[in-house]
Amino acid sequence: MSDSETAPERELTMSRAIVDAIASEMRANDDVFVMGEDVADYGGIFDSTEGLLEEFGREKIMDVPISETGFIGAAVGAAQVGMRPIAELMFADFFGVGMDQIYNQMAKNTYMSGSGVRVPMVLMTAVGGTYNDAAQHSQTLYGTFAHLPGMKVVVPSTAADAKGLMHAAIRDDDPVVYMFHKRLMGIGWMPAPDGPKTPVSDEDYTIEFGNADIKRRGDDVTVVTLGLHVHRALEAANDLDGEIDTEVIDLRTLVPLDTETVLESVRKTGRLVVVDEDYHSFGVSGEIVARAAEGGLDDLSAVRRVTMPDTPIPYARPLEQEVNPGADDIADAIRGVTE
Amino acid sequence: MYEWMVTARHYEERLQEEYLEGKQPAFDISAGPIPGELHLAAGQEAAAAGVCAHLRDSDTVTAPHRPHHVAIAKGVDLKRMTAEIFGRRTGLSKGKGGHMHLFDPAVNFAASGIIAEGCPPAVGAALASKKRGEDSVAVAYLGDGAISQGGFLESLNLASVHELPVLFVIEDNDWAISMPKERVSDVKNGAQRADGFGLPGVRVDHDDACAVYEAAAKAVGRARDGNGPTLLEVQVHRRMGHFMGDAEAYRPDADTERAKQRDSIERMERTLQNAGIDAIDEIRERSHARVEEAIEWAKEQPEPEPEEAYEDVFTNPPPGWHPDPEPTPAESAGGDD
Ligand SMILES: Cc1ncc(C[n+]2csc(CCOP(=O)(O)OP(=O)(O)O)c2C)c(N)n1
Repeated sequence: MSDSETAPERELTMSRAIVDAIASEMRANDDVFVMGEDVADYGGIFDSTEGLLEEFGREKIMDVPISETGFIGAAVGAAQVGMRPIAELMFADFFGVGMDQIYNQMAKNTYMSGSGVRVPMVLMTAVGGTYNDAAQHSQTLYGTFAHLPGMKVVVPSTAADAKGLMHAAIRDDDPVVYMFHKRLMGIGWMPAPDGPKTPVSDEDYTIEFGNADIKRRGDDVTVVTLGLHVHRALEAANDLDGEIDTEVIDLRTLVPLDTETVLESVRKTGRLVVVDEDYHSFGVSGEIVARAAEGGLDDLSAVRRVTMPDTPIPYARPLEQEVNPGADDIADAIRGVTE
Repeated sequence: MYEWMVTARHYEERLQEEYLEGKQPAFDISAGPIPGELHLAAGQEAAAAGVCAHLRDSDTVTAPHRPHHVAIAKGVDLKRMTAEIFGRRTGLSKGKGGHMHLFDPAVNFAASGIIAEGCPPAVGAALASKKRGEDSVAVAYLGDGAISQGGFLESLNLASVHELPVLFVIEDNDWAISMPKERVSDVKNGAQRADGFGLPGVRVDHDDACAVYEAAAKAVGRARDGNGPTLLEVQVHRRMGHFMGDAEAYRPDADTERAKQRDSIERMERTLQNAGIDAIDEIRERSHARVEEAIEWAKEQPEPEPEEAYEDVFTNPPPGWHPDPEPTPAESAGGDD
């Protein structure tokens, strides 16, 4: 990132980077506030609001009762009259409890009102497994949120991206679903892999939505992924270094989706692997493959998807490891498309 | 009742030890023999024992995310429950559910990790009982934090208008993770929620299992006799963090201390002693042995094979369906043929 070179740099965890962006936006704009379960005294179960209560107080960092329909809907209402709420849905898995407010109100009111109202809010939520919390606390559901029109969907994989994307999300005049992977946050009780902790500029900066990031350049195979699996894909690509030259694309946002970067890469490599921690069917992986086929069929010689199978996420360690794609599964798929 | 309570307490103490194994020095939630979250119910045993003492196997119980004490009082198979928590193949759910998702159909027990979402299924079980002309009842457990949730409030209403044989039991432990009760709701007690729905709301103000037993006797009797639902709230005490690994920075030390001093098990022991019953040591020993046996058994059980992840998605899988479809051969992707 060019502007980070000019500012003094600190290494931040992803959660610190998110907090940094929220705090800065709150200082700049009185209409920004946070509400959610355990966001105040606890600082967010995944540290996404850690320390904000001390600076901003309870009126701005609002703990709310366990009532997702109520408080997510209240965020919609506050946004429609011009505030900029950030509502936290503790785990994406709990979306069912408040889904009407999310997809029938938050996502649709702009359209149904013919742009008469805007809904400038952020719905921030934790996604992902890898720590054996079973089927109600481990889903990513990227596809579910991206499928429903009217919400922008953001998935950072590094601290630097997390900050820039959060600044952009809060400033956006549309509802943004901001999905962070628990394993990347750098929380005390859930060690993160190397990678998400990056230098982060002190200054404010935004990352424009719809710009995928090429995290690693290569000529043989294109791997398209997001969230935690960016790091697993990089690990696989590094393991295959010298054997297969792999390009790794981090989508960063699903809505809007940067089709052009994917197509350019596929035109170069001719081989596509999509890695997604969401369910196999009707989701992100299918979407990427479809766009690659629509825009670059002649260049494609091989395609693979590495995804969560269509099962609820099991608890026991051997079972979760079986379904959650690891670096070795990704390496196998990369090899598979070059055979 | 005392036996269930000490079994539950000892069981959780042992689970805690097992859980912490491998997770130190820096606490790592995914390490050790019991991974994932673990929510213990130490201090809440009276609410389980006092109500479940009135239940039969055919009665339904839906437990919240903190389920062990209720499971033990409802007669869930302790060995298979433990195997489930250890993620073993012979566990109640073949290692697929884990500690928050315990299912034992033999005693009509189910749990959920989603707050208040056990309430509607309990209403459904009560509805079935009424439709079939049976006298079985259903009990839905929830916490004081869950009383704001739509699923609970809708269930109260549905149960009330259809006069269903269901009991809602609020375990009031003062906290919902880091949220103290007074910041969750402006009604003083969760039992007052009943007022808006036309059913009785009863509160037991201290976690005396005998007082809970008496209050539950009326409520369960009322349900069995076809007179409709009751909302029963029991004061309990959260002795630990919300989940294992929760440092409770938000909670005053004095509050934790107070919770530990008001111990329903000690209270029950005094009651037994005053009544001249001196089986306490014997019951303790028996329950400790049972817990040890369950844990030892569970640890010897095999882990599931990875492929077992693909089983059980459907009772009746569609022909040819597989959750992890074979990739179409890459060669044919160009569509030339
Ligand atoms: C729908 C939903 N929202 C949030 C959560 C996260 N969560 C799990 S337990 C809990 C607090 C529950 O408090 P309470 O109902 O009082 O039960 P207790 O934990 O005190 O036994 C929360 C917010 C959840 N599991 N489901």
